[in-house]
Amino acid sequence: MRRFSARSLITVLTVLLPVVVLVSLVIGTVNITISDALNTLLGSATNQQIGTILLDIRLPRILMAIFVGAVLASTGAVMQGLFRNPLADPSLIGVSSGASVGASLMIVTAGGFIQSGALVGLSLVAVGAFVGGFTATLLVYRLATSGIGTSVTTMLLAGIAIAALAGALNSLLSYFSDNDMLRQISLWQMGNLSGASWLKVGIMGSAALLLLICFPRDSRALNALLLGESEARHLGIDVQRVKQRLILLTALGVGISVALAGLVGFVGLIIPHMVRLAIGPDHRWLVPASALAGATLLVIADSLARIVVIPAELPTGILTALLGAPFFVVLLLQQRKDV
Amino acid sequence: MTMLADNISLHLSGFDLLRNISLEVEAGKVTAIVGPNGAGKSSLLKVLTGDMVPTRGQVQLNHRPLAHWPLLDRAQMLAVLPQHSLLNFPFTANEVVALGRIPHQTGVIKDAEIVAQALDLVDASYLQKRLYTQMSGGEKQRVQLARVLAQIWQPSDHGEQFLVLDEPTSAFDLSHQKLTLDIVRQLANRGVGVVMVLHDLNLAARCADNLVVFDGGGIAAQGQPEQVLTESLIAKVFGVKAIISQHPRTNRPLVIT
Repeated sequence: MRRFSARSLITVLTVLLPVVVLVSLVIGTVNITISDALNTLLGSATNQQIGTILLDIRLPRILMAIFVGAVLASTGAVMQGLFRNPLADPSLIGVSSGASVGASLMIVTAGGFIQSGALVGLSLVAVGAFVGGFTATLLVYRLATSGIGTSVTTMLLAGIAIAALAGALNSLLSYFSDNDMLRQISLWQMGNLSGASWLKVGIMGSAALLLLICFPRDSRALNALLLGESEARHLGIDVQRVKQRLILLTALGVGISVALAGLVGFVGLIIPHMVRLAIGPDHRWLVPASALAGATLLVIADSLARIVVIPAELPTGILTALLGAPFFVVLLLQQRKDV
Repeated sequence: MTMLADNISLHLSGFDLLRNISLEVEAGKVTAIVGPNGAGKSSLLKVLTGDMVPTRGQVQLNHRPLAHWPLLDRAQMLAVLPQHSLLNFPFTANEVVALGRIPHQTGVIKDAEIVAQALDLVDASYLQKRLYTQMSGGEKQRVQLARVLAQIWQPSDHGEQFLVLDEPTSAFDLSHQKLTLDIVRQLANRGVGVVMVLHDLNLAARCADNLVVFDGGGIAAQGQPEQVLTESLIAKVFGVKAIISQHPRTNRPLVIT
Protein backbone atom coordinates (compact mmCIF):
# COMPACT_ATOMS: atom_id res chain seq x y z
CA MET A 1 0.00 0.00 0.00
CA ARG A 2 1.19 3.47 -0.76
CA ARG A 3 1.59 6.36 1.60
CA PHE A 4 0.63 9.22 -0.70
CA SER A 5 -1.39 9.72 -3.82
CA ALA A 6 0.59 11.21 -6.69
CA ARG A 7 -1.68 14.22 -6.77
CA SER A 8 -1.23 15.12 -3.11
CA LEU A 9 2.57 14.77 -3.28
CA ILE A 10 2.76 17.01 -6.34
CA THR A 11 0.46 19.55 -4.68
CA VAL A 12 2.57 19.59 -1.52
CA LEU A 13 5.79 20.03 -3.51
CA THR A 14 4.30 22.78 -5.66
CA VAL A 15 3.45 24.71 -2.50
CA LEU A 16 6.71 23.85 -0.75
CA LEU A 17 9.08 24.91 -3.51
CA PRO A 18 8.12 28.63 -3.57
CA VAL A 19 8.28 28.73 0.24
CA VAL A 20 11.76 27.20 0.21
CA VAL A 21 12.81 29.64 -2.50
CA LEU A 22 11.59 32.61 -0.47
CA VAL A 23 13.38 31.45 2.67
CA SER A 24 16.53 30.82 0.65
CA LEU A 25 16.33 34.37 -0.74
CA VAL A 26 16.30 36.04 2.66
CA ILE A 27 18.94 34.03 4.49
CA GLY A 28 22.69 34.20 3.99
CA THR A 29 25.67 36.28 4.97
CA VAL A 30 23.45 39.35 4.72
CA ASN A 31 20.00 38.77 6.14
CA ILE A 32 17.17 40.43 4.26
CA THR A 33 13.60 40.81 5.49
CA ILE A 34 10.86 39.03 3.59
CA SER A 35 9.10 42.31 2.78
CA ASP A 36 12.32 43.75 1.30
CA ALA A 37 12.79 40.60 -0.75
CA LEU A 38 9.22 40.69 -2.06
CA ASN A 39 9.47 44.39 -2.86
CA THR A 40 12.68 43.87 -4.80
CA LEU A 41 11.24 40.94 -6.73
CA LEU A 42 8.14 42.95 -7.60
CA GLY A 43 10.32 45.75 -8.95
CA SER A 44 9.93 48.35 -6.25
CA ALA A 45 13.38 48.11 -4.76
CA THR A 46 14.21 50.53 -1.99
CA ASN A 47 17.79 49.59 -1.35
CA GLN A 48 20.25 49.19 -4.19
CA GLN A 49 22.60 46.90 -2.28
CA ILE A 50 19.80 44.52 -1.36
CA GLY A 51 18.67 44.59 -4.98
CA THR A 52 22.11 43.54 -6.18
CA ILE A 53 22.42 40.74 -3.63
CA LEU A 54 18.98 39.38 -4.49
CA LEU A 55 18.87 39.79 -8.25
CA ASP A 56 22.51 39.24 -9.21
CA ILE A 57 23.64 36.71 -6.64
CA ARG A 58 20.91 34.84 -4.82
CA LEU A 59 18.15 34.60 -7.41
CA PRO A 60 20.28 33.20 -10.24
CA ARG A 61 21.83 30.77 -7.83
CA ILE A 62 18.44 29.59 -6.58
CA LEU A 63 17.08 29.24 -10.11
CA MET A 64 20.21 27.29 -11.01
CA ALA A 65 19.58 24.96 -8.05
CA ILE A 66 15.97 24.49 -9.18
CA PHE A 67 16.92 23.61 -12.76
CA VAL A 68 19.90 21.42 -11.87
CA GLY A 69 17.87 19.60 -9.22
CA ALA A 70 14.94 19.09 -11.59
CA VAL A 71 17.18 17.80 -14.40
CA LEU A 72 19.19 15.43 -12.20
CA ALA A 73 16.16 13.97 -10.44
CA SER A 74 13.98 13.58 -13.53
CA THR A 75 16.77 11.99 -15.58
CA GLY A 76 17.46 9.74 -12.60
CA ALA A 77 13.83 8.59 -12.64
CA VAL A 78 14.01 7.99 -16.39
CA MET A 79 17.28 6.04 -16.18
CA GLN A 80 16.00 3.87 -13.33
CA GLY A 81 13.00 3.02 -15.48
CA LEU A 82 15.01 2.42 -18.62
CA PHE A 83 17.50 0.18 -16.83
CA ARG A 84 14.72 -1.43 -14.79
CA ASN A 85 16.95 -0.89 -11.80
CA PRO A 86 15.97 1.29 -8.84
CA LEU A 87 19.64 1.88 -8.10
CA ALA A 88 20.53 3.29 -11.50
CA ASP A 89 21.36 6.96 -11.82
CA PRO A 90 22.29 9.29 -14.67
CA SER A 91 26.00 8.68 -14.12
CA LEU A 92 25.50 5.07 -15.24
CA ILE A 93 25.62 6.04 -18.89
CA GLY A 94 29.07 7.52 -18.40
CA VAL A 95 28.09 11.16 -18.58
CA SER A 96 29.47 12.23 -15.19
CA SER A 97 32.77 10.36 -15.47
CA GLY A 98 33.33 11.62 -18.99
CA ALA A 99 32.50 15.15 -17.92
CA SER A 100 34.92 14.97 -15.06
CA VAL A 101 37.78 13.93 -17.39
CA GLY A 102 36.86 16.75 -19.77
CA ALA A 103 36.87 19.26 -16.94
CA SER A 104 40.18 18.03 -15.47
CA LEU A 105 41.79 18.06 -18.90
CA MET A 106 40.77 21.67 -19.37
CA ILE A 107 41.95 22.67 -15.92
CA VAL A 108 45.35 21.02 -16.44
CA THR A 109 46.05 21.95 -20.06
CA ALA A 110 44.37 25.33 -20.26
CA GLY A 111 44.87 26.49 -16.70
CA GLY A 112 46.28 29.80 -17.87
CA PHE A 113 43.30 30.72 -19.98
CA ILE A 114 40.88 30.02 -17.19
CA GLN A 115 42.40 32.65 -15.00
CA SER A 116 42.42 35.18 -17.81
CA GLY A 117 38.77 34.97 -18.58
CA ALA A 118 35.84 33.12 -20.02
CA LEU A 119 34.66 31.89 -23.35
CA VAL A 120 31.44 33.79 -24.05
CA GLY A 121 30.87 33.95 -20.35
CA LEU A 122 31.23 30.22 -19.95
CA SER A 123 34.50 28.81 -18.76
CA LEU A 124 36.50 26.39 -20.86
CA VAL A 125 36.01 23.92 -18.03
CA ALA A 126 32.27 23.86 -18.66
CA VAL A 127 32.77 23.28 -22.37
CA GLY A 128 35.30 20.54 -21.63
CA ALA A 129 32.93 18.88 -19.18
CA PHE A 130 30.02 18.95 -21.61
CA VAL A 131 32.06 17.56 -24.49
CA GLY A 132 33.62 14.92 -22.24
CA GLY A 133 30.26 13.85 -20.84
CA PHE A 134 28.58 13.66 -24.20
CA THR A 135 31.46 11.72 -25.78
CA ALA A 136 31.51 9.18 -22.97
CA THR A 137 27.76 8.61 -23.30
CA LEU A 138 28.01 8.13 -27.05
CA LEU A 139 30.84 5.67 -26.50
CA VAL A 140 28.87 3.68 -23.92
CA TYR A 141 25.83 3.68 -26.19
CA ARG A 142 27.80 2.53 -29.23
CA LEU A 143 29.49 -0.24 -27.25
CA ALA A 144 26.12 -1.59 -26.18
CA THR A 145 24.40 -1.30 -29.55
CA SER A 146 24.53 -4.13 -32.05
CA GLY A 147 22.40 -5.19 -34.98
CA ILE A 148 19.65 -6.45 -32.70
CA GLY A 149 19.37 -3.31 -30.62
CA THR A 150 20.87 -1.78 -27.49
CA SER A 151 21.47 -4.17 -24.65
CA VAL A 152 20.74 -2.54 -21.33
CA THR A 153 22.99 -4.99 -19.49
CA THR A 154 25.93 -4.34 -21.81
CA MET A 155 25.30 -0.65 -21.43
CA LEU A 156 25.50 -0.93 -17.67
CA LEU A 157 28.78 -2.85 -17.89
CA ALA A 158 30.17 -0.51 -20.53
CA GLY A 159 29.23 2.41 -18.27
CA ILE A 160 31.20 0.84 -15.42
CA ALA A 161 34.19 0.22 -17.70
CA ILE A 162 34.14 3.78 -19.03
CA ALA A 163 33.80 5.13 -15.49
CA ALA A 164 36.87 3.11 -14.45
CA LEU A 165 38.82 4.36 -17.45
CA ALA A 166 37.74 7.91 -16.73
CA GLY A 167 38.77 7.49 -13.10
CA ALA A 168 42.23 6.41 -14.20
CA LEU A 169 42.56 9.33 -16.63
CA ASN A 170 41.43 11.66 -13.89
CA SER A 171 44.03 10.34 -11.48
CA LEU A 172 46.66 10.65 -14.19
CA LEU A 173 45.71 14.26 -14.81
CA SER A 174 45.69 14.97 -11.08
CA TYR A 175 49.12 13.38 -10.79
CA PHE A 176 50.57 15.77 -13.33
CA SER A 177 48.88 18.90 -12.02
CA ASP A 178 50.27 21.42 -9.60
CA ASN A 179 48.74 22.32 -6.26
CA ASP A 180 46.46 24.99 -7.61
CA MET A 181 45.11 22.82 -10.42
CA LEU A 182 44.62 19.94 -8.00
CA ARG A 183 42.52 22.14 -5.78
CA GLN A 184 40.45 23.31 -8.76
CA ILE A 185 39.88 19.74 -9.93
CA SER A 186 38.73 18.52 -6.57
CA LEU A 187 36.54 21.58 -5.99
CA TRP A 188 34.91 21.06 -9.36
CA GLN A 189 34.21 17.44 -8.53
CA MET A 190 32.42 18.44 -5.34
CA GLY A 191 29.78 20.27 -7.33
CA ASN A 192 29.08 23.91 -6.74
CA LEU A 193 26.36 26.37 -7.64
CA SER A 194 28.19 29.49 -6.46
CA GLY A 195 29.21 30.59 -9.94
CA ALA A 196 25.63 31.04 -11.14
CA SER A 197 25.03 33.82 -13.65
CA TRP A 198 21.95 34.75 -15.64
CA LEU A 199 23.55 33.27 -18.78
CA LYS A 200 24.08 29.94 -17.05
CA VAL A 201 20.54 30.09 -15.67
CA GLY A 202 19.26 30.65 -19.20
CA ILE A 203 21.12 27.65 -20.61
CA MET A 204 20.24 25.37 -17.71
CA GLY A 205 16.62 26.53 -17.76
CA SER A 206 16.27 25.77 -21.45
CA ALA A 207 17.69 22.28 -20.89
CA ALA A 208 15.30 21.64 -18.01
CA LEU A 209 12.37 22.91 -20.05
CA LEU A 210 13.28 20.71 -23.01
CA LEU A 211 13.49 17.61 -20.81
CA LEU A 212 10.24 18.29 -19.00
CA ILE A 213 8.46 18.81 -22.30
CA CYS A 214 9.89 15.66 -23.91
CA PHE A 215 9.76 13.16 -21.03
CA PRO A 216 5.97 12.97 -20.59
CA ARG A 217 5.67 11.67 -24.15
CA ASP A 218 7.55 8.54 -23.19
CA SER A 219 6.18 8.00 -19.71
CA ARG A 220 3.79 5.24 -20.75
CA ALA A 221 6.58 3.61 -22.75
CA LEU A 222 8.73 3.68 -19.61
CA ASN A 223 5.93 2.05 -17.65
CA ALA A 224 5.72 -0.71 -20.25
CA LEU A 225 9.50 -1.10 -20.24
CA LEU A 226 9.40 -2.03 -16.55
CA LEU A 227 7.76 -5.29 -17.69
CA GLY A 228 10.75 -6.08 -19.90
CA GLU A 229 11.80 -5.04 -23.38
CA SER A 230 10.00 -7.71 -25.38
CA GLU A 231 6.85 -7.17 -23.31
CA ALA A 232 7.04 -3.47 -24.13
CA ARG A 233 7.42 -4.30 -27.81
CA HIS A 234 4.34 -6.53 -27.59
CA LEU A 235 2.49 -3.53 -26.21
CA GLY A 236 3.29 -1.64 -29.39
CA ILE A 237 6.28 0.36 -28.13
CA ASP A 238 9.19 1.06 -30.46
CA VAL A 239 11.71 0.19 -27.75
CA GLN A 240 14.88 1.08 -29.65
CA ARG A 241 13.58 4.54 -30.53
CA VAL A 242 12.48 5.25 -26.98
CA LYS A 243 15.85 4.16 -25.61
CA GLN A 244 17.73 6.33 -28.07
CA ARG A 245 15.62 9.37 -27.36
CA LEU A 246 15.79 9.07 -23.58
CA ILE A 247 19.54 8.44 -23.48
CA LEU A 248 20.16 11.41 -25.75
CA LEU A 249 17.99 13.71 -23.64
CA THR A 250 19.61 12.49 -20.44
CA ALA A 251 23.13 12.98 -21.80
CA LEU A 252 22.17 16.46 -22.91
CA GLY A 253 20.49 17.48 -19.65
CA VAL A 254 23.03 15.95 -17.29
CA GLY A 255 25.91 17.02 -19.55
CA ILE A 256 24.85 20.66 -19.32
CA SER A 257 24.15 20.43 -15.60
CA VAL A 258 27.54 18.85 -14.86
CA ALA A 259 29.24 21.40 -17.08
CA LEU A 260 27.66 24.33 -15.24
CA ALA A 261 27.47 23.06 -11.67
CA GLY A 262 30.01 20.25 -11.41
CA LEU A 263 29.24 16.85 -9.94
CA VAL A 264 26.26 17.25 -7.65
CA GLY A 265 25.91 13.70 -6.47
CA PHE A 266 23.05 11.69 -5.03
CA VAL A 267 20.12 13.80 -6.24
CA GLY A 268 19.66 11.63 -9.34
CA LEU A 269 19.73 8.46 -7.28
CA ILE A 270 17.79 9.11 -4.10
CA ILE A 271 15.11 11.56 -5.17
CA PRO A 272 13.42 9.28 -7.73
CA HIS A 273 13.87 6.36 -5.37
CA MET A 274 12.14 8.19 -2.52
CA VAL A 275 9.39 9.55 -4.71
CA ARG A 276 8.74 6.04 -6.03
CA LEU A 277 8.42 4.71 -2.50
CA ALA A 278 5.83 7.38 -1.80
CA ILE A 279 3.68 7.33 -4.94
CA GLY A 280 4.65 4.23 -6.91
CA PRO A 281 6.49 3.73 -10.20
CA ASP A 282 4.00 5.24 -12.69
CA HIS A 283 6.27 7.51 -14.74
CA ARG A 284 3.43 9.86 -15.66
CA TRP A 285 3.63 11.12 -12.04
CA LEU A 286 7.06 9.89 -10.99
CA VAL A 287 9.02 12.04 -13.45
CA PRO A 288 7.36 15.41 -12.72
CA ALA A 289 7.19 14.71 -8.97
CA SER A 290 10.90 13.79 -8.96
CA ALA A 291 11.73 16.99 -10.82
CA LEU A 292 9.88 19.05 -8.20
CA ALA A 293 11.41 17.15 -5.29
CA GLY A 294 14.91 17.37 -6.79
CA ALA A 295 14.53 21.12 -7.26
CA THR A 296 13.31 21.55 -3.68
CA LEU A 297 16.08 19.42 -2.19
CA LEU A 298 18.81 21.20 -4.11
CA VAL A 299 17.53 24.64 -3.10
CA ILE A 300 17.55 23.52 0.55
CA ALA A 301 21.01 21.93 0.25
CA ASP A 302 22.43 24.99 -1.47
CA SER A 303 20.94 27.37 1.12
CA LEU A 304 22.58 25.33 3.86
CA ALA A 305 25.83 25.33 1.91
CA ARG A 306 25.68 29.11 2.02
CA ILE A 307 24.95 29.48 5.73
CA VAL A 308 26.51 26.65 7.73
CA VAL A 309 30.01 28.16 7.78
CA ILE A 310 29.23 31.88 7.39
CA PRO A 311 30.99 33.91 6.07
CA ALA A 312 32.55 31.08 4.00
CA GLU A 313 30.60 28.60 1.87
CA LEU A 314 30.65 24.87 1.38
CA PRO A 315 30.42 23.21 -2.05
CA THR A 316 26.79 22.21 -2.67
CA GLY A 317 27.65 18.63 -3.62
CA ILE A 318 28.92 17.97 -0.10
CA LEU A 319 25.60 19.06 1.38
CA THR A 320 23.45 16.94 -0.95
CA ALA A 321 25.39 13.85 0.03
CA LEU A 322 25.49 14.81 3.72
CA LEU A 323 21.72 15.35 3.76
CA GLY A 324 20.82 12.60 1.34
CA ALA A 325 22.84 9.65 2.54
CA PRO A 326 21.51 9.35 6.12
CA PHE A 327 17.95 9.98 4.95
CA PHE A 328 18.33 7.25 2.36
CA VAL A 329 19.67 4.80 4.92
CA VAL A 330 16.73 5.49 7.25
CA LEU A 331 14.36 4.90 4.35
CA LEU A 332 16.01 1.61 3.46
CA LEU A 333 15.86 0.42 7.06
CA GLN A 334 12.20 1.34 7.28
CA GLN A 335 11.47 -0.41 3.99
CA ARG A 336 13.14 -3.54 5.32
CA LYS A 337 10.88 -3.42 8.35
CA ASP A 338 7.78 -3.13 6.16
CA VAL A 339 8.49 -6.15 4.00
CA MET B 1 -7.52 -15.62 -40.76
CA THR B 2 -4.58 -17.24 -39.07
CA MET B 3 -1.22 -16.93 -37.52
CA LEU B 4 1.04 -18.98 -39.73
CA ALA B 5 4.57 -20.30 -39.29
CA ASP B 6 5.77 -21.18 -42.77
CA ASN B 7 8.69 -23.62 -42.86
CA ILE B 8 10.59 -21.95 -40.01
CA SER B 9 14.17 -22.79 -39.13
CA LEU B 10 16.17 -21.11 -36.40
CA HIS B 11 19.90 -21.50 -35.91
CA LEU B 12 21.55 -19.82 -32.98
CA SER B 13 25.26 -19.97 -32.13
CA GLY B 14 25.76 -23.29 -33.91
CA PHE B 15 22.60 -24.98 -32.68
CA ASP B 16 19.52 -25.90 -34.66
CA LEU B 17 16.79 -24.72 -32.32
CA LEU B 18 13.97 -25.15 -34.84
CA ARG B 19 13.92 -27.25 -37.99
CA ASN B 20 11.39 -26.74 -40.78
CA ILE B 21 8.43 -25.97 -38.59
CA SER B 22 5.13 -25.32 -40.28
CA LEU B 23 2.24 -24.53 -38.00
CA GLU B 24 -1.09 -22.88 -38.43
CA VAL B 25 -2.83 -21.25 -35.49
CA GLU B 26 -6.45 -20.75 -36.44
CA ALA B 27 -8.59 -17.98 -35.05
CA GLY B 28 -11.22 -19.38 -32.71
CA LYS B 29 -9.20 -22.50 -31.97
CA VAL B 30 -6.92 -23.50 -29.10
CA THR B 31 -3.51 -24.82 -30.09
CA ALA B 32 -1.46 -26.46 -27.36
CA ILE B 33 2.23 -27.20 -27.69
CA VAL B 34 3.82 -29.91 -25.56
CA GLY B 35 7.22 -31.56 -25.57
CA PRO B 36 10.28 -32.28 -23.45
CA ASN B 37 12.51 -29.52 -22.07
CA GLY B 38 14.67 -27.93 -24.73
CA ALA B 39 12.54 -29.24 -27.61
CA GLY B 40 12.10 -25.74 -29.02
CA LYS B 41 8.65 -24.81 -27.73
CA SER B 42 9.66 -21.45 -26.30
CA SER B 43 11.86 -20.72 -29.32
CA LEU B 44 8.85 -21.20 -31.56
CA LEU B 45 6.80 -18.81 -29.44
CA LYS B 46 9.61 -16.24 -29.69
CA VAL B 47 9.62 -16.57 -33.47
CA LEU B 48 5.82 -16.45 -33.66
CA THR B 49 5.71 -13.24 -31.63
CA GLY B 50 8.59 -11.52 -33.40
CA ASP B 51 11.05 -11.64 -30.49
CA MET B 52 13.40 -13.67 -32.67
CA VAL B 53 13.82 -13.55 -36.43
CA PRO B 54 13.89 -17.01 -38.01
CA THR B 55 16.98 -17.99 -40.00
CA ARG B 56 14.71 -19.33 -42.71
CA GLY B 57 10.97 -19.17 -43.28
CA GLN B 58 8.42 -16.56 -42.39
CA VAL B 59 5.71 -15.84 -39.86
CA GLN B 60 2.47 -14.38 -41.13
CA LEU B 61 -0.21 -12.69 -39.09
CA ASN B 62 -3.56 -12.34 -40.81
CA HIS B 63 -1.99 -12.88 -44.26
CA ARG B 64 0.74 -10.31 -43.80
CA PRO B 65 4.35 -10.93 -42.74
CA LEU B 66 4.64 -10.23 -39.03
CA ALA B 67 7.43 -7.68 -39.46
CA HIS B 68 5.33 -5.66 -41.92
CA TRP B 69 2.65 -4.85 -39.36
CA PRO B 70 3.10 -1.51 -37.60
CA LEU B 71 3.96 -2.22 -33.94
CA LEU B 72 0.82 -0.59 -32.61
CA ASP B 73 -1.56 -2.42 -34.95
CA ARG B 74 0.17 -5.66 -34.12
CA ALA B 75 -0.17 -5.00 -30.38
CA GLN B 76 -3.93 -4.65 -30.86
CA MET B 77 -4.11 -8.11 -32.43
CA LEU B 78 -1.43 -10.12 -30.68
CA ALA B 79 -0.96 -10.38 -26.92
CA VAL B 80 1.87 -12.38 -25.39
CA LEU B 81 2.27 -13.75 -21.88
CA PRO B 82 5.88 -14.76 -21.20
CA GLN B 83 6.79 -17.56 -18.85
CA HIS B 84 8.62 -15.32 -16.39
CA SER B 85 8.03 -11.71 -15.55
CA LEU B 86 10.91 -9.34 -14.89
CA LEU B 87 8.73 -6.77 -13.20
CA ASN B 88 10.26 -5.80 -9.86
CA PHE B 89 8.80 -2.34 -9.41
CA PRO B 90 5.95 -1.81 -6.96
CA PHE B 91 3.04 -1.29 -9.34
CA THR B 92 -0.40 -2.15 -7.99
CA ALA B 93 -2.31 -4.93 -9.75
CA ASN B 94 -4.58 -2.30 -11.26
CA GLU B 95 -1.60 -0.49 -12.75
CA VAL B 96 -0.05 -3.68 -14.16
CA VAL B 97 -3.28 -4.66 -15.89
CA ALA B 98 -3.72 -1.10 -17.17
CA LEU B 99 -0.40 -1.48 -19.01
CA GLY B 100 -2.30 -3.85 -21.30
CA ARG B 101 -4.37 -0.88 -22.46
CA ILE B 102 -1.32 1.07 -23.71
CA PRO B 103 -1.90 0.19 -27.39
CA HIS B 104 -5.48 1.44 -27.22
CA GLN B 105 -7.01 4.89 -27.17
CA THR B 106 -10.22 4.04 -25.41
CA GLY B 107 -9.99 6.62 -22.65
CA VAL B 108 -9.41 6.43 -18.91
CA ILE B 109 -12.95 5.47 -17.91
CA LYS B 110 -13.34 2.61 -20.38
CA ASP B 111 -9.83 1.37 -19.56
CA ALA B 112 -10.55 1.32 -15.83
CA GLU B 113 -13.71 -0.68 -16.53
CA ILE B 114 -11.79 -3.23 -18.62
CA VAL B 115 -9.03 -3.49 -16.00
CA ALA B 116 -11.58 -4.25 -13.28
CA GLN B 117 -13.34 -6.84 -15.45
CA ALA B 118 -10.08 -8.53 -16.46
CA LEU B 119 -8.96 -8.79 -12.83
CA ASP B 120 -12.36 -10.16 -11.89
CA LEU B 121 -12.15 -12.76 -14.64
CA VAL B 122 -8.88 -14.18 -13.31
CA ASP B 123 -10.20 -14.16 -9.73
CA ALA B 124 -7.85 -11.36 -8.67
CA SER B 125 -10.24 -8.52 -7.81
CA TYR B 126 -9.04 -8.63 -4.23
CA LEU B 127 -5.53 -7.75 -5.44
CA GLN B 128 -6.52 -4.45 -7.11
CA LYS B 129 -4.61 -2.11 -4.79
CA ARG B 130 -1.97 -4.59 -3.64
CA LEU B 131 1.63 -4.16 -4.74
CA TYR B 132 2.85 -6.56 -7.40
CA THR B 133 6.17 -7.04 -5.64
CA GLN B 134 4.41 -8.36 -2.54
CA MET B 135 2.25 -10.96 -4.28
CA SER B 136 2.74 -14.73 -4.40
CA GLY B 137 3.91 -16.40 -7.61
CA GLY B 138 0.41 -17.53 -8.54
CA GLU B 139 -1.08 -14.11 -7.85
CA LYS B 140 1.57 -12.42 -10.02
CA GLN B 141 0.86 -14.84 -12.85
CA ARG B 142 -2.88 -14.18 -12.62
CA VAL B 143 -2.31 -10.42 -12.72
CA GLN B 144 -0.07 -10.81 -15.78
CA LEU B 145 -2.75 -12.99 -17.39
CA ALA B 146 -5.29 -10.24 -16.73
CA ARG B 147 -2.90 -7.78 -18.38
CA VAL B 148 -2.75 -9.70 -21.67
CA LEU B 149 -6.51 -10.29 -21.52
CA ALA B 150 -7.04 -6.53 -21.16
CA GLN B 151 -4.84 -6.01 -24.20
CA ILE B 152 -7.21 -7.99 -26.46
CA TRP B 153 -10.40 -7.31 -24.51
CA GLN B 154 -12.21 -5.80 -27.48
CA PRO B 155 -12.01 -6.99 -31.10
CA SER B 156 -9.49 -5.20 -33.30
CA ASP B 157 -10.20 -3.38 -36.56
CA HIS B 158 -7.03 -4.76 -38.09
CA GLY B 159 -7.88 -8.46 -38.05
CA GLU B 160 -8.38 -11.57 -35.95
CA GLN B 161 -6.75 -11.58 -32.54
CA PHE B 162 -4.27 -14.04 -31.11
CA LEU B 163 -3.09 -14.82 -27.62
CA VAL B 164 0.24 -16.52 -26.99
CA LEU B 165 0.78 -18.05 -23.55
CA ASP B 166 4.02 -19.66 -22.38
CA GLU B 167 3.20 -22.10 -19.58
CA PRO B 168 0.38 -19.98 -18.20
CA THR B 169 -0.55 -22.48 -15.49
CA SER B 170 2.89 -23.30 -14.09
CA ALA B 171 2.36 -21.44 -10.80
CA PHE B 172 -1.37 -22.18 -10.42
CA ASP B 173 -3.24 -24.40 -8.03
CA LEU B 174 -5.90 -26.79 -9.37
CA SER B 175 -8.79 -24.36 -9.33
CA HIS B 176 -6.83 -21.65 -11.11
CA GLN B 177 -5.57 -24.12 -13.69
CA LYS B 178 -9.15 -24.94 -14.50
CA LEU B 179 -10.08 -21.26 -14.48
CA THR B 180 -7.32 -20.54 -17.02
CA LEU B 181 -8.54 -23.26 -19.35
CA ASP B 182 -12.10 -21.94 -19.07
CA ILE B 183 -10.92 -18.43 -19.94
CA VAL B 184 -8.94 -19.75 -22.90
CA ARG B 185 -12.04 -21.57 -24.15
CA GLN B 186 -14.20 -18.45 -23.77
CA LEU B 187 -11.67 -16.47 -25.79
CA ALA B 188 -11.63 -19.10 -28.53
CA ASN B 189 -15.42 -19.01 -28.65
CA ARG B 190 -15.15 -15.26 -29.14
CA GLY B 191 -12.90 -15.86 -32.14
CA VAL B 192 -9.46 -15.41 -30.61
CA GLY B 193 -6.77 -17.84 -31.71
CA VAL B 194 -4.92 -19.14 -28.66
CA VAL B 195 -1.56 -20.85 -28.72
CA MET B 196 0.02 -22.04 -25.51
CA VAL B 197 2.89 -24.12 -24.28
CA LEU B 198 1.83 -26.56 -21.56
CA HIS B 199 3.73 -29.17 -19.61
CA ASP B 200 0.81 -31.18 -18.32
CA LEU B 201 -0.27 -33.55 -21.11
CA ASN B 202 -3.69 -34.02 -19.53
CA LEU B 203 -4.38 -30.33 -19.36
CA ALA B 204 -3.31 -30.04 -22.98
CA ALA B 205 -5.47 -32.97 -24.03
CA ARG B 206 -8.43 -31.46 -22.24
CA CYS B 207 -8.37 -28.02 -23.81
CA ALA B 208 -6.63 -28.29 -27.18
CA ASP B 209 -8.34 -28.32 -30.56
CA ASN B 210 -4.96 -28.84 -32.10
CA LEU B 211 -2.22 -30.57 -30.11
CA VAL B 212 1.34 -30.12 -31.31
CA VAL B 213 4.08 -32.36 -29.96
CA PHE B 214 7.60 -30.99 -30.23
CA ASP B 215 10.75 -33.06 -30.19
CA GLY B 216 14.31 -32.03 -30.92
CA GLY B 217 13.44 -28.78 -32.69
CA GLY B 218 10.84 -30.36 -34.96
CA ILE B 219 7.18 -31.34 -34.80
CA ALA B 220 6.78 -35.01 -33.89
CA ALA B 221 3.01 -35.04 -34.35
CA GLN B 222 0.07 -32.68 -34.54
CA GLY B 223 -3.68 -32.99 -34.77
CA GLN B 224 -6.60 -33.75 -32.50
CA PRO B 225 -5.49 -34.92 -29.06
CA GLU B 226 -7.20 -38.32 -29.50
CA GLN B 227 -5.14 -39.03 -32.60
CA VAL B 228 -1.87 -37.54 -31.43
CA LEU B 229 -1.54 -38.96 -27.93
CA THR B 230 -0.49 -42.58 -28.30
CA GLU B 231 1.56 -44.78 -26.02
CA SER B 232 4.26 -45.20 -28.65
CA LEU B 233 4.57 -41.43 -29.23
CA ILE B 234 4.93 -40.71 -25.52
CA ALA B 235 7.54 -43.46 -25.22
CA LYS B 236 9.42 -42.06 -28.20
CA VAL B 237 9.26 -38.35 -27.33
CA PHE B 238 9.37 -38.34 -23.54
CA GLY B 239 11.00 -41.73 -22.96
CA VAL B 240 8.26 -42.59 -20.47
CA LYS B 241 6.01 -45.61 -20.46
CA ALA B 242 2.43 -44.44 -20.17
CA ILE B 243 -1.08 -45.79 -20.50
CA ILE B 244 -3.59 -43.83 -22.55
CA SER B 245 -7.08 -44.05 -21.16
CA GLN B 246 -10.18 -41.96 -21.58
CA HIS B 247 -11.51 -39.32 -19.24
CA PRO B 248 -14.85 -40.70 -17.95
CA ARG B 249 -16.64 -37.37 -18.37
CA THR B 250 -14.97 -35.38 -21.12
CA ASN B 251 -14.01 -38.45 -23.19
CA ARG B 252 -10.68 -36.74 -23.81
CA PRO B 253 -7.52 -38.87 -23.72
CA LEU B 254 -6.05 -39.37 -20.26
CA VAL B 255 -2.36 -40.05 -19.88
CA ILE B 256 -1.50 -42.19 -16.89
CA THR B 257 2.13 -42.68 -16.00
